[in-house]
Amino acid sequence: MTDKTVLTQARPNPARTVLQKPWLWAYLAATLTFAATSMIAGSDAGSLFYAALTFASFSAIVGIGQMLVITLGPGNIDLSIPATMTLAATLALKFMDTQTALILPGLLVAIGVGIGCGLVNFILILLLRIPPIIATLSASFLYQSLAIWSNRGLRIKPPESLAEFATGGALGIPNVALAGIILATGAWVLLERSIAGRWISAIGQNLRAARLSGVPVNAVRFGIYVNSAVCAALTGFLLASFSGGANLNMGTEYMLMSIAVVVIGGSSIGGGNSNVPGIWGAALFMFLIVSMLNSYGLGAGIRLILTGLVIVGVVTLASRKGYDA
Amino acid sequence: MTSDRLRLLLPMMSLAVLLGAVFYLQPRAMSYFGLNLLFNLAIPVALATIAQMMIIMVNDIDLSVGTFVSFCACVTATFVHDTPLLGYAILATAILAYAALGALIQLRGLPAIVVTLGMSFVWGGLAVLILPSPGGASPEWLKTLMGLKTPLIPIAVIAPLVIALVVHLLIKRSWVGVILQGVGGNERAMERAGWSVVRLRAAAYGLAGLFGVLAGMCLVGLTTAADANIALRYTLLSIAGVILGGGEFVGGRISPFGAVIGALTLTLAASFLSFLRLSPDWQIGAQGAILILVLAVRLLFLRKEAAA
Repeated sequence: MTDKTVLTQARPNPARTVLQKPWLWAYLAATLTFAATSMIAGSDAGSLFYAALTFASFSAIVGIGQMLVITLGPGNIDLSIPATMTLAATLALKFMDTQTALILPGLLVAIGVGIGCGLVNFILILLLRIPPIIATLSASFLYQSLAIWSNRGLRIKPPESLAEFATGGALGIPNVALAGIILATGAWVLLERSIAGRWISAIGQNLRAARLSGVPVNAVRFGIYVNSAVCAALTGFLLASFSGGANLNMGTEYMLMSIAVVVIGGSSIGGGNSNVPGIWGAALFMFLIVSMLNSYGLGAGIRLILTGLVIVGVVTLASRKGYDA
Repeated sequence: MTSDRLRLLLPMMSLAVLLGAVFYLQPRAMSYFGLNLLFNLAIPVALATIAQMMIIMVNDIDLSVGTFVSFCACVTATFVHDTPLLGYAILATAILAYAALGALIQLRGLPAIVVTLGMSFVWGGLAVLILPSPGGASPEWLKTLMGLKTPLIPIAVIAPLVIALVVHLLIKRSWVGVILQGVGGNERAMERAGWSVVRLRAAAYGLAGLFGVLAGMCLVGLTTAADANIALRYTLLSIAGVILGGGEFVGGRISPFGAVIGALTLTLAASFLSFLRLSPDWQIGAQGAILILVLAVRLLFLRKEAAA
């Protein structure tokens, strides 16, 4: 599996990657759409920026989790993110039962659900040797059922002070964005400045070589899958607090979002080469493109079509290799 | 060949076990009418699974099958019903678009998973444009075809098997299929042998588009109406079906009969719970659990095979 990828995927030449930081494109695209939205459509730039930061932070947090999973190499992907988000949000909000005193334990419940989901995913992948796509997919069916069962179609409200925190901000930056930036910084330090980060990339570039050179492969993979589920759980917790409650469809769009921000952000979908800043750029871009289409007053159908075409277009333009392999 | 047979044995056994359990719980299901009801929606699911199989055959994965089938269903319930010529033209264009996507993915070395994820928005958007609210009507001939009263065994059981046979002949018994599987097995070797991988990938995607269109049409024939979200679940069901049926994500290792049996198993899993009188909340969960269970058993099988 890994041998084949090394053959078919031309690695970008190192000098070129230094000159052209892959994440630059994501920020460039985000800036352009921002300008197009705020100037042509005439919406207020300040509030647009604030909204973009808020919504982008949800995509960014799940994106960080997904990015680390994708870094592990071909075939590694977490499709259980939407279900984990929904399950964590539902159980945490139900546990808090709108009581302010239970916010911290509630957060721990969400994180606990994340760890649990990550554990189940990894057990399926390691012990049953199920390909990650199918393992996370079938596990997500279970999480979804659990969420449906415990939710009962009700909209569970978050405690008021938590909702205030999630919708509020400090120093002109939304609180959720602060959380997202802190997590992104942590991920950057982990990936670029720590041994564990080298291990992650090494596994993605060549699993066998990494194993032979003494990288604790399974421990790293375990950490990454649990981390992805915890990121998803945290996003679910924040999103439910922000939008006034958990509902069963809250995670749906984050399946695409988590993968799209990784790829548009300039990480290699084949693994082994990721970058954190791109996640935020791509997350901002993904929100801005939708709000741009919205501000032009386009209907839901057209908006969906254009969003899809933009994703395909960006991926096509951003592909750093032509057919010369 | 023997290992191929072995691979098929497991999905067949899981289907048999599940079917046995259903008959045990509800003996009345063991009839013409009961079987028809049990496998009612199996035809479109089987077709969608075959579509996914074509993509997995060339080492890609298609996350837009569900929205594409929904789109085709919407076209069938509106344009094909009202202005057949235009309707078929749209469906033909959709197949060409699928083939073009395959070529694009190969030409630019794009990740199929992202391209198809993006395309799922496009198909979904088009479906919403065509049918903003549920409605439309099935063309008469489709309704008649789907409601056909075949002797002895209901059409819901016969049709998937016929589909599997046709695809089996195409993929496993013809040169076209061998070459297409070769793309999944070793793309470079195919290229060195003088084949245009761009064209081959386009062909595989085109075939996927064709079966997606057929799935959408059959679905409308069964439900007699459509809406933009009618088949969203098919994306996950189709991937699960292919893998359940013994397919692998890499290496062009797929089995048409396996895929169809996988689709039947998942369809049955959904109705199994209602026979158990369990809450429908757990329906999706049961499909997940069955999937995990079968894959766990498969692991034991393969270990034995490797040891022998």
